[in-house]
Amino acid sequence: MTDPIIHMEGIKKHFGNVIALNGVTFDVRPGECHCLLGDNGAGKSTFIKTMSGVHKPTEGSIMFEGKPLSFDSPRDAMEAGIATVFQDLAMIPLMSVTRNFFMGREPTKGRFIKRFDLDVANDICMEEMRRMGINLRAPDQAVGTLSGGERQTVAIARAVYFGAKVLILDEPTSALGVRQTSNVLATIARVRSQGVGVVFISHNVRHALAVGDRFTVLNRGQTLGTALKGEIDAAELQDLMAGGQELAKLEGSLGGTI
Amino acid sequence: MANATASADERIKTESITTRLMKRPELGAIGGVILVTIFFLFTASGSMFTFSGIMNFLTPAAQLGILGIAAAMLMIGGEFDLSIGSMVAFAGMIFGVLVVNMGLPLIFAIPLTMAFAGAMGAVNGAIVLRTGLPSFIVTLAFLFILRGASLVGLKLFTGGSTQLRGVRDAVEGDWLTPVFSGDAFGGAFQWMADNGWIDSMNSGAPKVPGIPVEILWFIAVAVVATFVLLRTPAGNWIFATGGDKNAASNSGVPVRKVKISLFMLTACAAAIVAIITVIDTGSTDARRGFMKEFEAIIAAVIGGCLLTGGYGSAIGAFFGAIIFGMVTIGLTYTGFDQDWFQVFLGGMLLLAVVFNNAIRKRVTGER
Repeated sequence: MTDPIIHMEGIKKHFGNVIALNGVTFDVRPGECHCLLGDNGAGKSTFIKTMSGVHKPTEGSIMFEGKPLSFDSPRDAMEAGIATVFQDLAMIPLMSVTRNFFMGREPTKGRFIKRFDLDVANDICMEEMRRMGINLRAPDQAVGTLSGGERQTVAIARAVYFGAKVLILDEPTSALGVRQTSNVLATIARVRSQGVGVVFISHNVRHALAVGDRFTVLNRGQTLGTALKGEIDAAELQDLMAGGQELAKLEGSLGGTI
Repeated sequence: MANATASADERIKTESITTRLMKRPELGAIGGVILVTIFFLFTASGSMFTFSGIMNFLTPAAQLGILGIAAAMLMIGGEFDLSIGSMVAFAGMIFGVLVVNMGLPLIFAIPLTMAFAGAMGAVNGAIVLRTGLPSFIVTLAFLFILRGASLVGLKLFTGGSTQLRGVRDAVEGDWLTPVFSGDAFGGAFQWMADNGWIDSMNSGAPKVPGIPVEILWFIAVAVVATFVLLRTPAGNWIFATGGDKNAASNSGVPVRKVKISLFMLTACAAAIVAIITVIDTGSTDARRGFMKEFEAIIAAVIGGCLLTGGYGSAIGAFFGAIIFGMVTIGLTYTGFDQDWFQVFLGGMLLLAVVFNNAIRKRVTGER
C-alpha cells in the first residue's frame, strides 16, 4: 500500500475545559476516499479545522508526506496542498464562475501593469468544469445561477486545479437533492482517480458507502477504529456512529439505515 | 469550442443582446442619462446642449464624479464613507495652510495633502475593521469630527476666520498649477476658433477657452477605476471582499488590505477635489464639500452599486455624476423652479434602487 500523504496520530484538542477531541488517529493515502463519519457533536468540524490549519492541536502529531509538520494558518495548509471545501463553499453568488474560481489567485499578464488575464482564466475555468462533467453556459455566468451541486463542483474543481493533494470535503452532500448528490459523488470519484486523497466528512452512511474506500467513525471526540470497504455494512457503521445506543429501538421502523 | 458544447444544453435559451445588456450594472445610469437628456431637449433652451453649455454642466459633474467613483469602489468593497464631504473641507484646509501659511510649492503641498487625507482614510478603515462596527456609524462620526476640525483649524490658522484666502496668489506661476486648475488644450481651442470650427467671441477668443481640467481628471479617474475593477486581480479582490468577506479571506484575498486601501482611496479622491476647487476659487472654507458624501453615494447608487456591496461599476458612477450635473445645471436653462432639483434627485435615487434590485435578481437568477 502507498504511504499516507497526511497522518495524524493521537490528536487532542481542548477548548478551555471542553475536550473536543480526545485522541483521533486518521490518515489519507493518495487516490483514496477516506470517509470520516460521526454524528453531530462528535468532533468532525473540530478535527477538519485542525487538519486544515484553523486550529492547532493541543496534543498529537501531524506527519505530512513523512515529515512532521505544524500549520500556523489555513494558508500554510493550503500551500502544503491541503484544500478544504467548507459548507459555505467560499463562493460569491454575484460574481462570475471564473472570478470565483480564481478568487485570490488570479492569473496575470503584462510586465509593468499586472492585468487579470481573463481570457486564460475563462478557458481554464470552462475546461476544468468540463472535466468535472459540468458544461457552463458561459464563464461569466454568475455563481448565483448555479445549482447547489454545481457550486459544490466548482469549489472542488477549484481546489483540485490549485494543486490539492488532500481534499477535505465538509458534508458536501448534506443540502443536496438526489440527482445533485449523485453528481457530487461522481465528482469525488473523478477527483480520487486523479490521485488526490479525499477526506469525505458526512453523517450519511449511504453516501459514504457509495464512494468511500475506508471508513473511520468519530464518536465523542474519539476514533472508534477504521474499516476497509467491504468489511463493514451500513447498519454496523450506523451503530458505531450512534455509540450503539438509542438507534437500536428504532431499528425496525427505520428499516435498517438512515 | 467551449461555447459549442455549452450551447448544446437544451434547457438554456440563447440570450438576446437586450438581456445581456440588462445584466450590466451601469445600464441604469446610461438609461438615466438618455432620459434626462430627452427631458432637457424638450424643456431647456437650446443653449444647454451647445459646447459651452455641456462644459457648464460637466464641470460640477466632474467634481462630484471623482468622489462618486471612489465611493462606488468603496461600496463595491462593501463599505460606506460618509466623511468624504467633510474630508473635502479638511483636505482643503490642510492644502490651504501648506501653500499659504507655509508657502510650500505644489510639488510638496499636494503629496502632503494626499498623505494627510490618506492617513485619515486609513484611520477610518482601521477603526471599522478593528471594532467590526458598520462603516456607516464610524464614518458618520468622522463626518462631524472632520467638519469640526476644519472649522477649528481654519480659525486657528487665519486668526479667527473660517475662510482662508490667498491661495491663488500662492500658487500663481507654480508649474503644477495648470494640472489642477484652469482649462486644458487652450491652444487647440484657439486654433479651432481661428479656423471658425467652434464659436468665438468678438475678440476672436473661443467661447469655450478649453476643457476644464477637472473634466479630464474625472475621465481619467473613471478609466483607471474601471480598468482596476474589471481587469486586475485587485479588482477581483474588491468584488470578492464586498460580496462575502469570509469567503474572500478563506480564498486568500487580503480583505483587510483591500478595505483599508479603499478607505484611503476615497479620502484621496476627496483631497483631489479639494485641491482642484481650492485652487479654482483661490480660497478654502469650512463649508466646502457640504453634503457631498450623500451626493457621491447617490451617484454610485444611480450607477448600479448595491448597498450590500459586491456589485456595481465605476462607469455607472461616472454617468450617475453626469445625471447629477445635468439636473443641477439644466434646471437653470428651463422655466422650472431650480429647487425642484432635490425632488428630482430623490426620485432618481428611489428609481435607481428599485431598478438595481430587480437587476440583481436577474443576475443571480433568483426567482
